[in-house]
Amino acid sequence: MNRNIAIAAIIAAVAVGVVVGVIGTVGIGTNTKTAPTTPAGTSAPTAPAQVPTQTPRLSGSIVIDGSSTVYPITEVIAEEFSKKYPDVKVTVGISGTGGGFKRFTIGETDINDSSRPITDKERAAAKENNVRWVEIPVALEGLSIVVHKDNNLFPNDCVSIEELREIWKPDSTIKKWSDLNPAYPAQEMRLYGAGPDSGTFDYFTEHVVGKARASRTDYIPSEDDNVLVQGVSTDRYSLGYIPLAYAEHAQDRLKILKVSKEKNGECVFPESKSVIQGKYPLSRPLFIHINYDKMQSRQELKEFVLFYLSNAKSAVEKVGYIPLSDTYYKDAIRLINEGRYTPDDDTTFVSIYKEGL
Amino acid sequence: MNVGKKDNGNSGSGSGGSRISSKGRDVRMMELEGSVEKDRIKERGRVGKSRYANISEYGLQTYLLIAVCVSVMVLTVLLVNVVLNGVERLSPNLLFNYASSNVDEAGMRAAILGSLYTVALAIAIALPLGIATGLYLNEYGGGNLVSRMVYATLTNLAGVPSVIFGLVALSFLSYTLGLGRSIIVGSIALAFLVLPLITVTTIESTRMVPSTHRLAAYALGARKYQVVFKVVLPQIIPTVLTSSILALSRAMGEAAPILVISGLIFVRRDPLSIFDEFTVMPLQIYNWVSRPQQAFIELSAAGIIVLLLILLTLNVIAIYLRNRIQRRVVE
Repeated sequence: MNRNIAIAAIIAAVAVGVVVGVIGTVGIGTNTKTAPTTPAGTSAPTAPAQVPTQTPRLSGSIVIDGSSTVYPITEVIAEEFSKKYPDVKVTVGISGTGGGFKRFTIGETDINDSSRPITDKERAAAKENNVRWVEIPVALEGLSIVVHKDNNLFPNDCVSIEELREIWKPDSTIKKWSDLNPAYPAQEMRLYGAGPDSGTFDYFTEHVVGKARASRTDYIPSEDDNVLVQGVSTDRYSLGYIPLAYAEHAQDRLKILKVSKEKNGECVFPESKSVIQGKYPLSRPLFIHINYDKMQSRQELKEFVLFYLSNAKSAVEKVGYIPLSDTYYKDAIRLINEGRYTPDDDTTFVSIYKEGL
Repeated sequence: MNVGKKDNGNSGSGSGGSRISSKGRDVRMMELEGSVEKDRIKERGRVGKSRYANISEYGLQTYLLIAVCVSVMVLTVLLVNVVLNGVERLSPNLLFNYASSNVDEAGMRAAILGSLYTVALAIAIALPLGIATGLYLNEYGGGNLVSRMVYATLTNLAGVPSVIFGLVALSFLSYTLGLGRSIIVGSIALAFLVLPLITVTTIESTRMVPSTHRLAAYALGARKYQVVFKVVLPQIIPTVLTSSILALSRAMGEAAPILVISGLIFVRRDPLSIFDEFTVMPLQIYNWVSRPQQAFIELSAAGIIVLLLILLTLNVIAIYLRNRIQRRVVE
């Protein structure tokens, strides 16, 4: 009889587990699954797939490492490239921009996916190891300011960089919404943002707070942007910054704010048009850094870079980032074909992308 | 009379136990006196015994049952959650395709093979090493200062964050020894990660082997190595294999050290030699779960289901092997 009770109890535990699990999942599901189910992959494959396989004479291997932010773009390109040139082995890692640069600057990798430009320290390391490089912007990433879906406090749903600086600067005195504006409710303002190991944190602090890596510390940090989405969307009095791609995929759960450069300035909503035109103040370019000498000497690597630039637009759109202008990609391809670029010069490609703004 | 004494010993837990045991001493003294008195007291003792024993018996049983139910429940919640999220995305592609940016085509082929190679190699390194260390410490080291220090070091090693193993393996094996970011480096890191588990189990189970068995073997003229290999080792093998099942599961689920050593996600070919670059399932899942698209998050749940199924299969095989060996030892 005792054994029966035990068995019954365990079965009951399993049953409760099933119920809780189902409720938990379906609960999340109603939030997310009704979302525009754009299984980003199912959309039309990128153009190059249709190109009849040209003489697959190229062989060799291309080693890529670096930022996990840039990874999805490079993944699309690498996949299509290996379909076209099956004899070229491409591997892509996600050691992070800094971790990737450590390998790149000793010549271990051919390409580094970077969510920021190369730093002085990394330049020095590359120089020491006789590694010369080329820096090419490949896409833009917008940074969105988000609040809870039902938060209508900001007039016109617009926040200024100035206000953001007040909120996010180190030792900020804004603890409650009413500290920002006495008309707002006296509710605690809970902040969500990128963790200090992420490139997003570097960018946000530099462009909003005004000093790289200076930020208040009493906020909820996470390196996982989906966690931030979850946090902001369930917290009525929250405010956070997350990469635009994540915010766009959760638009039914949170509100993306417009941003103005100055107080009472023009409010701009983050979308590809405003980001490409440079009107939206919070966007950063994503780069690939290529080993200069290897690109000169190895045909498959040069071909890969050209392939990258000619397919960047569709690949970037597919993974949810914002492509640079068509003219930029064309100009960049021409520069490479004509060999008009110098090693260790970060102005060549960046300047033609800035011209396009 | 003895019955009362025995019961006192058994239920001797907490304050109730000590009260009974003092009563038990009384009983013993009374034994010398009249039998009527003795029977009466014995009766009282039995009543007391059953009251306390019942409470501890049922209390403990309920507590244990609750503990089982809680862990079963949590496990079920996790499983149901993962299955519901991922079941729609389960497809043969997940097993046979390489990484892809198209959700419907994406698979874990390279990751599954990478995981299997790495974990198999890690167990193959850790098991003989761990058993040998454990046997030496207990049979030969025999409680001297050095072996006690080694034991303490090993248990501390079990608490070191796994990413440290990855960093050490990367700097020493990959760069100093020039092994590159290959499968062998990954497996050595994982092997040392699970080594404490196997060694400590070996030591503990070696201590369980009755010394009479050893003495009997010596009495028959066995040498020390014969005692160790023919008497001690066969008895500890089932327990050690159980620990290796745990070790296998642990190694299979580790992402941090492999992220440091390999860092690769996009590999579109099968690993062939132990010097090939590789990726593992937890890395692939980690990458999928951190993407903005809901479809990839569902795919990661499907990946977890595949990982669990593979783990389950491996564990079933390991348990089957253990039971076979156990039967042979008994015979």
